[in-house]
Amino acid sequence: MPKLHALTAKETVEKIRSKEATAEECVLSFFERIHRVEDKVHAFVTIVEEEALKKAKEIDKKVSEGKPLGRLAGVAIAVKDVICTKGIRTTCSSRMLEKFVPPYNATVIEKIKEEDGIVIGKTNMDEFAMGSSTETSYFGPTHNPWDLSRVPGGSSGGSAAAISTDEAILAFGTDTGGSVRCPASYCSVVGVKPTYGLVSRYGLIAYANSLEQIGPMSRDVYDCALFLSVIAGHDPKDSTSVKAAAKDYTESLIGDVEGLTIGVPKEFFGEGTNEDVEKEVWNGIHKLEELGASCGETSLPSLEYALATYYIVAMSEASSNLARYDGIRYGYRIDRDNGDWSTVYSKNRRIGFGAEVRRRIILGTYALSTGYYDKYYLKALKIRTLIRRDFENAFKKFNVLIGPTMPVPPFKIGEKIQDPLALYMCDVDTVSANLAGLPAISVPCGFTDGLPVGMQITAPPLREDLMLHVAYTFEQNTPYKNRKPPLK
Amino acid sequence: MKRRHLSKKEVEHIAWLAHIELSEKEKITFTEQFNSILDYFKKIDKVDTEDVQPTYHVLDLMNVYREDETTPSLPPEDTLKNAPKKEKRFLKAPRIV
Repeated sequence: MPKLHALTAKETVEKIRSKEATAEECVLSFFERIHRVEDKVHAFVTIVEEEALKKAKEIDKKVSEGKPLGRLAGVAIAVKDVICTKGIRTTCSSRMLEKFVPPYNATVIEKIKEEDGIVIGKTNMDEFAMGSSTETSYFGPTHNPWDLSRVPGGSSGGSAAAISTDEAILAFGTDTGGSVRCPASYCSVVGVKPTYGLVSRYGLIAYANSLEQIGPMSRDVYDCALFLSVIAGHDPKDSTSVKAAAKDYTESLIGDVEGLTIGVPKEFFGEGTNEDVEKEVWNGIHKLEELGASCGETSLPSLEYALATYYIVAMSEASSNLARYDGIRYGYRIDRDNGDWSTVYSKNRRIGFGAEVRRRIILGTYALSTGYYDKYYLKALKIRTLIRRDFENAFKKFNVLIGPTMPVPPFKIGEKIQDPLALYMCDVDTVSANLAGLPAISVPCGFTDGLPVGMQITAPPLREDLMLHVAYTFEQNTPYKNRKPPLK
Repeated sequence: MKRRHLSKKEVEHIAWLAHIELSEKEKITFTEQFNSILDYFKKIDKVDTEDVQPTYHVLDLMNVYREDETTPSLPPEDTLKNAPKKEKRFLKAPRIV
């Protein structure tokens, strides 16, 4: 029998339902695993052993009393530390929120609790979700389980690493410009960025709110579909929440792509794409062709401008969103604060925020300032329209679009961090889905020198079912799901 | 030689607008980094956006209303729990005037 921490969510729920294992045994197996590997990987900022065990015992009581169980009964879930958890500190991996303990739960947390999911801890991330490597965390970097000297991707690097090392079954990530898909690709797990508005953002600490979505991360496509089915749905507490009917996405997991059309935009294989990555992704596309899909190359010319457009929009929104951190209601505050308000705020924000967060706030402030608003921010919003149109046209011809998730394999810790622009370039294939509000998934599609490669499948708005269907078929016909990192 | 978009003095001014203090060393590195990032952003200048409407939001949602009903709020002690400085039931702010 495989170890309890190696089971999928589906298997765990079945085991607990059939009384082959208790929720307590399942949860304990995760903490044992965490204590064994965590000092090498550093996926977590906070671990909540006591609360998790209490919850597990409640579930076991339900089982013994014959009460109905939720869809995630006993499933160990890691939560990116940007999502508010009542009574559990939520830091955004920032000194600014090092001691912040939210007085309420995000909607997605309420939803998993209703289904008997168990929160086991909060995962490390790039500070305020700004980064693609989890190196900007105030608490230090997370290490890639496939090669500890390399980055796990970001900003949801802790979540991806935790799943890949069996420290959690499911994990919440958030994706503003690729922050779920990038680490999913780098750690060889599955990660979904849902259609904008499908999952409530209530209780998500905002960075760039017209772009970001909370997304499920898991070891396989089935679990991702199950997790998404639980967290999706309209929320009156989020005014940008879509009024779409609840769906069971596991029903769309058909292992057959016969008759589907796949578009391969040449812009996804642009300058700077690693040859091995390109080869692995093309192998993946040919695999889908073998399985009955028809593929055609296409072009979305505006994607050339997606990266610049994304950074202008994201930084502008960040400068406005992060204005709330003044150290008065919450957050870091200097001790000697007898100066005037402006000086005190400026010092709080200098010490509370790391360099990348300050860079983005300052550049965003510039892009929104008088005289530059039209040149940068408004111009970027107009290009955003052109990018949306390109996707609309492509989806007239194709069911889904496929390309690499990341242009290069996981890089070394410290390799790019001194050069912000070089790091931004890594997001070139992921940001367009956020600008256009589209659903996209990263699924494992191979390895190069022992390092994972991810394939990105993008679908039209609210067609997560179609996207998961293609991803599932691919996964069922390739061996990558079963490969584990060399960590004991 | 690349065009300089921002001088160190301008960076100081924008940082002041954003209420972020910078060290002398940081003013220099940030100015350099901002100039290379803005140089990259220049590529959007050549895009023809004449007659293109901006996308502020991907959803075409307008004026989301709800019933004007009161629901329970958090108790004051909970809302004050994270404040670094407080007095009685008030947040303590630095000197404003």
